[in-house]
Amino acid sequence: MERNLILAFESSCDETSVAVIENGEKILSNIVATQIKSHQRFGGVVPEVASRHHIEQITDCIDLAMSEASVTYDDLSAVAVTYGPGLVGALLIGVTAAKTVAYAHDLPLIPVNHMAGHIYAARYVKPIEFPALALLVSGGHTELVYLAGPGQFEIIGETRDDAAGEAYDKIGRVLGINYPAGKEVDRLAHLGKDTFNFPRAMDDSESFDFSFSGLKSAFINTVHHADQIGETLKREDLAASFQQAVVDVLADKTVRALDAYSVKQLILAGGVAANQGLRERLDSELEAFENVDFIKAPLKLCGDNAAMIGAAGYVSYQLKQFGDMTLNADPSLEFDWMAS
Amino acid sequence: MKVLALDTSNQTLSVAVMSDDQVLATTTVTTTKKHGAHLLPIIQDLMQTAKLKPAELNRVIVADGPGSYTGLRIGVTTAKTLADTLKIELVGVSSLATIAANIVNETQLVAVLFDGRNDNVFAGVYRIQNGKPVSVIEDQHIPFEKLLPQLKALAEPIVVLGDLDAFTERLKTALEANYIHYPLELSLPSAVQLGRLGQRQAPVSDINSFVPRYLRLTKAEADWQKQHPEEDSSDYVEKV
Repeated sequence: MERNLILAFESSCDETSVAVIENGEKILSNIVATQIKSHQRFGGVVPEVASRHHIEQITDCIDLAMSEASVTYDDLSAVAVTYGPGLVGALLIGVTAAKTVAYAHDLPLIPVNHMAGHIYAARYVKPIEFPALALLVSGGHTELVYLAGPGQFEIIGETRDDAAGEAYDKIGRVLGINYPAGKEVDRLAHLGKDTFNFPRAMDDSESFDFSFSGLKSAFINTVHHADQIGETLKREDLAASFQQAVVDVLADKTVRALDAYSVKQLILAGGVAANQGLRERLDSELEAFENVDFIKAPLKLCGDNAAMIGAAGYVSYQLKQFGDMTLNADPSLEFDWMAS
Repeated sequence: MKVLALDTSNQTLSVAVMSDDQVLATTTVTTTKKHGAHLLPIIQDLMQTAKLKPAELNRVIVADGPGSYTGLRIGVTTAKTLADTLKIELVGVSSLATIAANIVNETQLVAVLFDGRNDNVFAGVYRIQNGKPVSVIEDQHIPFEKLLPQLKALAEPIVVLGDLDAFTERLKTALEANYIHYPLELSLPSAVQLGRLGQRQAPVSDINSFVPRYLRLTKAEADWQKQHPEEDSSDYVEKV
């Protein structure tokens, strides 16, 4: 087989990343320049600040990705890039740079949906077998996606309000934890107990949709009420109670989806897929599904990175789904819903 | 020298392919709102018309600000990526000087203004010397009412170009007979003038650190610096 090399770009939020991927399965380089420290000054991502950092980093990341992979532009087969969803100004840097490299070296351009990228981070564990189901949980998205075959993504359920990661950041703020709060809340949760019994929204509904804003409000009200009467609540128990509610909802909906759709694999991906509580819970739930292989995206590829874009881009390459020089950022790009 | 010059810093998108001072192909569009979608197809088209391959270029020249932040980043990302990936020279030219270069009368003063909202302007004043604009009042982001007395104090006839809608009446009143108004098309940036200026400038030494000249901090950054005057704000991005 001829060696396929894809130069992949990702810049949808606060990470500038460029990677070189071989045959859609081997990471030759994956440079990630993260802006987290910068946005921590503001308690969250400031879009204009993010765009300014991306343009500072972009060619340096390209140079490093090429040199670390020890490849030349002549060796490349294609250029892949995240074109949505995300922050429009941030996406534009990656899209513009990717188009320019594709033009300069006469390479095919592959537009990649950021969410498809997250799912394909699992490809670095093992090949994806279809049909598969993906639970995608991140700061911007919470969705259950059905994969009938390569390049096919259909939403069967998604959050109706906050994304799970967003809820973590918001309650983190109440606990005095800076963004991104997920890791610290996860750590605290493992030291506490679920004593507050926060509401599990939509847990008894028939749909596969999620909702986290009620949980977030219940959490904030509980803390504010305690403040008013001068009572101090145990942070570990608050974190454990919050996390338990999130994990219950995510796990129950996922199990229900696995009951409804016969799939070969369950893929857990997205930034919140790094959450230990969620990983452990799904591990134990999946024991009841002997024929479903549970694949967790590797921890270091759960956050935004270009390696996952290269893996998803390779599938599009094989399907000849190319873009042209008119490709633009699409900040609200989504998978289609499954036809009912 | 084979040159690609591009300006996407405002509503107008202008691209030129040149061989020294000879124009091989050029396009200026004032109606697009999606520079991100249109820039590369226009470059591709002009290069084809000029019968040039990307690898044959020696230098890319970009209007690097001030202007619309998003517009600037589309132009600068294209230019710096092209220069980096083809290992060719990169030059940044002021977006204000690019428009001033539309005027050719020796020793003429030219002020160029972009509307910066809330009665602020991005502005620079130039004198035409040896056929090119030389800075007299440096490019800056400034309340229009503070710029006006500076223009008046020059006490010379001055051509004023740029986005003038909100300012024409006050310019007329303040500068009186020294206010020279030219037809609208002279306020449009021309990538040909940009290419001419950029060929007479030294290329940047470090392509990777090349960024637009926004001439203005983001509000978040400005507020933060005000609250933390002693902190060094240069080291916030890390490779992990």
